[in-house]
Amino acid sequence: MATIAAVIASTHHPFYYKASTSTGADRPPFADEWVRKVEAFRDTLTRANPDVLVLVGSDHFHQLWLDNMPQFLVGNAPHYDANWYNEEREFGLPRFFMNGQQELSWHILRGGIDRGFDLAFSNELRLDHSVTCPIITLRPQNDLPVVPIYTNIFAPPLPQPKRFVELGRMIRELVESWPSDLRVAIIGTGHLSLELGGPRQFGPHGPDPEFDAKAVEWIATSDIERAIAEVSLDSLWMPGNATHGFMDFMLMMGVAGEGVKADYVDTYDLFHTMEAYFTWYLEATA
Amino acid sequence: MSRYLLDKFLYTIDRDPELVERYRDDPAGTVDWWERERANVLLNCHVGENSTWLKFDDAERAALVAHDYVKLYEMGAHPFLTLTLFIAMYERDFAEPLGFQLEYAQKLSAWREKPYPDITT
Repeated sequence: MATIAAVIASTHHPFYYKASTSTGADRPPFADEWVRKVEAFRDTLTRANPDVLVLVGSDHFHQLWLDNMPQFLVGNAPHYDANWYNEEREFGLPRFFMNGQQELSWHILRGGIDRGFDLAFSNELRLDHSVTCPIITLRPQNDLPVVPIYTNIFAPPLPQPKRFVELGRMIRELVESWPSDLRVAIIGTGHLSLELGGPRQFGPHGPDPEFDAKAVEWIATSDIERAIAEVSLDSLWMPGNATHGFMDFMLMMGVAGEGVKADYVDTYDLFHTMEAYFTWYLEATA
Repeated sequence: MSRYLLDKFLYTIDRDPELVERYRDDPAGTVDWWERERANVLLNCHVGENSTWLKFDDAERAALVAHDYVKLYEMGAHPFLTLTLFIAMYERDFAEPLGFQLEYAQKLSAWREKPYPDITT
């Protein structure tokens, strides 16, 4: 059966690419330290020697739209183009081409549906920065086949937080039951406190540092019970209007398992939002 | 009131470079054209399959024509869509990085201690 090489949870800051590649007067003062932290984070994936990446993220109203909105969707394609015109325009992101791992896509779809998770699928999916940011930060050579999984953290009615955890648990079980010798890294990106298009946006820190400190502790210790007890669809509005993206971190806690401490934790307090990076090596704890 | 239609306008303009510039330069003409020609287009379908019932109310139309993103926020247009499109139209007019984004937050400051508007569609 396949091996889970690493479980990685991260924020996805679309400005990293521009900040890290800028030079001279255009280079922001926080860029060098940010690059140092990201490269250290990258090493945690490189060391795991993965063959395949499962990438969990959330389409930002690019291909998934309100006339036909899935809650959870698995890409099932041999190839994926990635990044969109408005991401080039706003963030300077490059366009990508990525190969899919369609056998694993099918295994997750078939197995998930059979276990009661009625997953949507897409045979032609253009990916966005929620899943390309971790390629830029963690695997810039973009040399591994992927299975993208999208969650709806954007368009109410959203699934409940516990459903994200359950999906994470199931993704882990399905990867571990995939009849393959390959090493799979499961990488998911979400948000800590975040405001977009509201009065608290683009402050010197994330809009709710107190929430961020608690959330980092929950993730670092995979304290699912506590997170479920303290987080609801209503409460996630309080730290900022885009904080429902924290549910993708809860999904990754479901992958890591209740109470399993992350082997690597780092954060970086930036304008606009706090960056947070977590890696678990399940082989050592199995 | 149709939050969905406001969002559909923002979404379909934002994803098309030509329409972003057209809406920046001629908001009244673009909103009028869009409501007549595009509001009822079922995305990815031939125009023979158009919907028949979608239209703005007067306040929605006026907010879009005025580029009034504060009013759009109050009406419950999806804040991510509004922000993304208005950055595309106005960021270029500010010398400082994040200058427009910070002005945007300031203009919404009366909402800082209030609950968020309902964005459900």
